[in-house]
Amino acid sequence: MSATQRTGAQILCEALIRENVDVLFGIPGGAIMPFYHALWEYRDRLRHVLCRHEQGAGHAAEGYARVSGRVGVCVATSGPGATNLVTAIADAWMDGTPLVALTGQVSSALVGTDAFQEVDITGITTSITKHNYLVTDAHALPRVMAEAFHIARTGRPGPVLVDVTKDAQQAVVEPQWDAPLQLAGYRARLAPCDDAIAAAAALLAHARRPLILAGNGVIQSGASEALLAFAEQAVIPVITTLHGLGAFPPHHPLALGMPGMHGWVHVNRAIQMCDVLVNVGSRFDDRVTGKAARFAPQAAIVHIDVDPAQIGKVVRADVAIVGDARHVLDALRAQVPPLETGAWRDAIAVLAAEHRPRQAYARRDRTAALMPHDVYDALNDAFRDRCDWRVITDVGQHQMWAAQLLDWSTPRTHITSGGAGTMGFAVPAALGAALAEPDKTVWVICGDGGFQMTNQEIATLQQEHVRNVKIAVINNGYLGMVRQWQELFEQRRYSNTRLTGPDFARLAEAYGIHGRTVERAADARGAIDEAWRHDGCALVDFRVEHEANVFPIVPAGRSIGEMRVS
Amino acid sequence: MQQHTLNVLVKDHPGVLHRTVSLLRRRAINIASLAVGRSERADESRMTVVVDAADARQVVRQLDTLVEVLAVHDVTDALAVRRETLLVRVRARGDELAAVVTLALDDGVHVLDVGNDAAILELTDTPERVDAFIALLRPVGIVELRRTGTLVMTRGGTDVALADSAGVDDPGAELYPLQAERSAGDDVL
Repeated sequence: MSATQRTGAQILCEALIRENVDVLFGIPGGAIMPFYHALWEYRDRLRHVLCRHEQGAGHAAEGYARVSGRVGVCVATSGPGATNLVTAIADAWMDGTPLVALTGQVSSALVGTDAFQEVDITGITTSITKHNYLVTDAHALPRVMAEAFHIARTGRPGPVLVDVTKDAQQAVVEPQWDAPLQLAGYRARLAPCDDAIAAAAALLAHARRPLILAGNGVIQSGASEALLAFAEQAVIPVITTLHGLGAFPPHHPLALGMPGMHGWVHVNRAIQMCDVLVNVGSRFDDRVTGKAARFAPQAAIVHIDVDPAQIGKVVRADVAIVGDARHVLDALRAQVPPLETGAWRDAIAVLAAEHRPRQAYARRDRTAALMPHDVYDALNDAFRDRCDWRVITDVGQHQMWAAQLLDWSTPRTHITSGGAGTMGFAVPAALGAALAEPDKTVWVICGDGGFQMTNQEIATLQQEHVRNVKIAVINNGYLGMVRQWQELFEQRRYSNTRLTGPDFARLAEAYGIHGRTVERAADARGAIDEAWRHDGCALVDFRVEHEANVFPIVPAGRSIGEMRVS
Repeated sequence: MQQHTLNVLVKDHPGVLHRTVSLLRRRAINIASLAVGRSERADESRMTVVVDAADARQVVRQLDTLVEVLAVHDVTDALAVRRETLLVRVRARGDELAAVVTLALDDGVHVLDVGNDAAILELTDTPERVDAFIALLRPVGIVELRRTGTLVMTRGGTDVALADSAGVDDPGAELYPLQAERSAGDDVL
């Protein structure tokens, strides 16, 4: 091999370095061994984290990407290694998380023969990736890797899978690093077109009851300041979706809160009454819209999105503006003068006072039970006293309480699995987040169900000497959200939702991290502070009331105007 | 729900047909017909796909998200040449068979094969003419019928975009720069 030649495996490593990757999460195996063999030579520049399940590696890459905005990278071998990544790839697909998944594949001569650990991962992931590649020729690797990262991080970000046959990893070639990318069919628009901006401005000029709906796109675009400036300039109230939490200061006079299935009543009522709805960076997910045909019935809708395919997919758009959120908000601000919204804002305030958010969670007389809301009160107090923290929630009731009850004032502090709602997301995602930002404290809030799906990654935390992850298990002995639906809509038939588990504090200690059990409200704050102060990872098992419910709720298939509050 | 005809220009890479069809499948869009083949350019293919869809613009935008789709044009209402080839095996004997062959030849339909009790006919024409000819043959007895799917070529010189795919297609678009975040310099190692 001459000095300029490289194996395909070495090219993969050098491509990752060229893309400024500093950490990758994975598990080796037969078909990806040549890559791991080469990786060892580059270990001073590429840190690889050996996880305990490829799903954990995938979620860790997601967590890394969600807090940093950079592309997360995960690696697996062929067959079951690759299929174990599928859930995390689907999760990244649904939430627009930039991810590159690198998988080994059997040698090209064996592809299609049902070889050992062979699986058609490019076929399997076609519908959950922005694009994917099967590479059989090492010459293509420099271009393919550059394309993969570009696609992953631009437009609406998302996952890209690169499947590389073992012989391509082993082949020795002369890498061409300046090979032109073949992306003529991939164009992502940044700046909006003037006509669309003018049309939106014209619509707003006559608006009496306008609203802004801000979603994931505002955060992905770094458009929080632009959003604040536009909202203040035009004096329009702002609603933030689950993924938009943190994009707008929650105590600002224009801030309304979260809409949708578990949003506040006054927010959903306002949507049903508004006459212009400016959606920036959200995709009108059905958790937000409820029955789409009855969503915002009086409103003309302006849909701002970097992904044109989202326009008109769920809800009609009267004005479509394709572009990057920050660019579009700045362009709108230049064209929209302050609007007369005083009466509208007063009307919303009256609704808010009448339906009092959190009224379902008002403190009751002291009982023996630890209510979930006691835990969130204590967390809020602890967060308020400190800065430099992130929260990663798992999926279920605890996730909704976190969204509703905690104060989200900074982008990328609230990380959760929204579109896919993947249980088991939080602990491994925290691993990725902790490594992306070692100076921040990462709080995991999860349920006992989700925790049991991926908690083996705590071993990875210890392996990597991670000290900044704290885990709060909201332990109610049920798959809580499913149980709630069974209670409210299925005559309390608790079919297969009662869940047992280990003593989580003892399990934590077995992993070598600090563990504590809390069963009384009075102990909650102390346990959180103790965990936070502890120099190392920590877990607190909050044994809460079993049958607490999340309210308000829009029952499935209903319009968001029809909410149950108790 | 209406039928829409789309001309799609794609990169001729292994799997591109799968990606396209798979996208339509998972968006629950039924494909009435699909014709695909190489184009005049080395690594590009052209596809004409007829779909049943309520919102044609959504279908165009969805297809446009595929990296290997270079262009999508809704040609449903375009001034265009539309052709489809039909091969049909008709069962008939004696005088009836002779009558079918005569009918075919009078109508500009090719007779490819004549046996004792069957004939194979070929017609290339607009889809509507093909439909009409099939209807004509049904009373006679159709044993087997194969259609290629429609090919559409717009009149007037170039395949012009007729449907707006939400502003993506205009050349004035400022695009995400390639290689924006890659590390500078080749002496990385």
